[in-house]
Amino acid sequence: MTRDRRLSWINGLLLPLFNVLTAFIATGIVFLFIGVDPIEATKILIYGALGYDEGLGYTLYYATNFVFTGLAVAVAFHAGLFNIGGEGQAYVGGLGTALVALYMNPALSAWIVIPLAISGGLLFGALWAIIPAYLQAYRGSHIVITTIMFNFIASSLMVYVLVNVLREVGEMSPESGDFIEASWIPFVHDVLANFGYEVTRSPLNMSIFVALFFSAVVWFFLWHTRWGFAIRAAGKSNEAAIYSGINPKKIIVVTMCISGALAGLVGINELMGVQHRLFLNFNYGYGFGGIAVALMGRNHPVGILIAAFLFGILYQGGAELDFELQNVSRDIVVVMQGLVILFCGGLEYLYRPVLIRYLAPVEASE
Amino acid sequence: MSDFFLTTVLTFDASVRICVPLIFASMAGLFAERAGVVDIGLEGKLLMSAFIAASAASVFGSPWLGLIAGMFASSVLAMIHGFASITYKGNQIVSGVAINILASGLTMILTLAWFKRGGITPTLQNDERFLSITLPGVDIIDHIPIIGVIYRELISGHNILVYLAFVIVPIVWWVVYRTRFGLRLRAVGENPKAVDTAGLSVEGLRYRALLVGGILCGIGGAYISTAYTAQFTKEMTAGAGFIALAALIFGKWHPYKVLAACFLFAFLQALSIRLQGVVFPVIGEIPVQLIDAAPYILTIILLAGFIGKAVPPKASAQPYIKEL
Repeated sequence: MTRDRRLSWINGLLLPLFNVLTAFIATGIVFLFIGVDPIEATKILIYGALGYDEGLGYTLYYATNFVFTGLAVAVAFHAGLFNIGGEGQAYVGGLGTALVALYMNPALSAWIVIPLAISGGLLFGALWAIIPAYLQAYRGSHIVITTIMFNFIASSLMVYVLVNVLREVGEMSPESGDFIEASWIPFVHDVLANFGYEVTRSPLNMSIFVALFFSAVVWFFLWHTRWGFAIRAAGKSNEAAIYSGINPKKIIVVTMCISGALAGLVGINELMGVQHRLFLNFNYGYGFGGIAVALMGRNHPVGILIAAFLFGILYQGGAELDFELQNVSRDIVVVMQGLVILFCGGLEYLYRPVLIRYLAPVEASE
Repeated sequence: MSDFFLTTVLTFDASVRICVPLIFASMAGLFAERAGVVDIGLEGKLLMSAFIAASAASVFGSPWLGLIAGMFASSVLAMIHGFASITYKGNQIVSGVAINILASGLTMILTLAWFKRGGITPTLQNDERFLSITLPGVDIIDHIPIIGVIYRELISGHNILVYLAFVIVPIVWWVVYRTRFGLRLRAVGENPKAVDTAGLSVEGLRYRALLVGGILCGIGGAYISTAYTAQFTKEMTAGAGFIALAALIFGKWHPYKVLAACFLFAFLQALSIRLQGVVFPVIGEIPVQLIDAAPYILTIILLAGFIGKAVPPKASAQPYIKEL
């Protein structure tokens, strides 16, 4: 093998694999530190997430959210932008979904209401990303800072809207009324029952196919369209992009709108698929989880699907751990998320010098 | 009238208390960002320190040991941040995010493992926390109108860390603008290559800046759990690290202006607690959420360039790669 091929193997496969393994080993050390046998914990986790149909249903249901936010972060990454605002965009996107799902004419067919409600999520998510994008493109203020601020503004806004506007008269808890039935995305167990298959009830709903659909769209868009090329070019080199006639400012705004729109889809799984109402903090943690998923999936839709599935396993398995073991709560998943972001993101080059030295040394003969 | 006056003084007093962690965290951020390292991890460091400080204070029975433990824990996180973003040239923002999430998860896991309760530490007794100090002369000045009240309520009666916070700002100013370390620090944030050419270690300076930041965040975190309140509770920093980051930008990376921004944001928070349910003539009730979001909205408006311009240190967020 030539050195170049070896290098691409190292960067493309070995490095990410080593990084993920390190994150897992570090989690194992945390387990040992709190007096939990990591092997036993892994067994419980995997059984809880994959061992029976209800567990698998939950796993896929959590994974769906991670696909949306993972794609959102990845699209922005390709343009060289770090969208840390997935949390807020998912939250406000949920509002867009809810407004359609609450106030449409209940007599309309689901075939009209559901696409409209999904569009509501896309639109509001994009809207919440457009101001930070504009500020980055035309005012030079850093997108990371502005999207963080917008996360907090979103959370205040949503409390206000839920408490003062959408809460029904006489209700104590800050949540909206029920969505109209035409907006409910069917549960997978109900759909399967129609075909004669009996599976245990779980929150898994048809949104997972929306997630798969958008993964394919993102893949096609980024690698097979003119806009996708422009986005990747601008992400690689601003100067080269300008030279080839691409307007990087426009790219920033368009990319962030797409990113925000994708994050805005969390609401369809959580709200239209399961809860059928809007409530506080339904988005909690998925925006930040998306960063881990995108980093682990190397910003590629296929990688993101795998990483999202893994995080789904962790979320559901973590709940099982919480239930089975006294010493550990499901927050271990948050620790793991942090470790994945640290080792797959911040420390992504940790092993590179060593790997290159032993597997692809610079040879005088080549 | 005197009622209104007392309320005003008390609101200012509350602002002072809320302000303290913001000051420590934003000064920490100031060191890091002046050296060219963006520090998104302020929140995580505050949270970790709050937890470790409350745990150590409870176990060892001393707020001072708690403070030291908190400073240590926060510095460890700062060094992880440095290891990833300085030594391994990783993305500074990504490792900052990692620190925030790690801190959020670890504090929850460890409360359960160490104290068998999810998300809280044991309540601290009075000798395990920092208590308010009554300054000398309160009795003498008390009968003087206005000044007496201000002295008694606003200036006296805080704990030692509050006074430390207000002392630390001029010290930070002095270090940054009047010492050799400060000069090099600013240089490394603006033009690391020049510093490198002068034969100084860019990495060494950045590590030192992060370490100072870690210690300062540690004090801020310890204040939250052992002085402001008397135990650690889940996610108790509640975004203070991010408000500090906003204050840092709002104050344009200058110690005194940052202090002013911290106080402004703290005052807004104190006000939002006071104004809950108060109905004003003409405008009616101001939504609390609007005041809660005000620091962020103000910072966005600043960043948009409508009230001055915030220009960060030139080399911030860029890892320094030595040319061979």
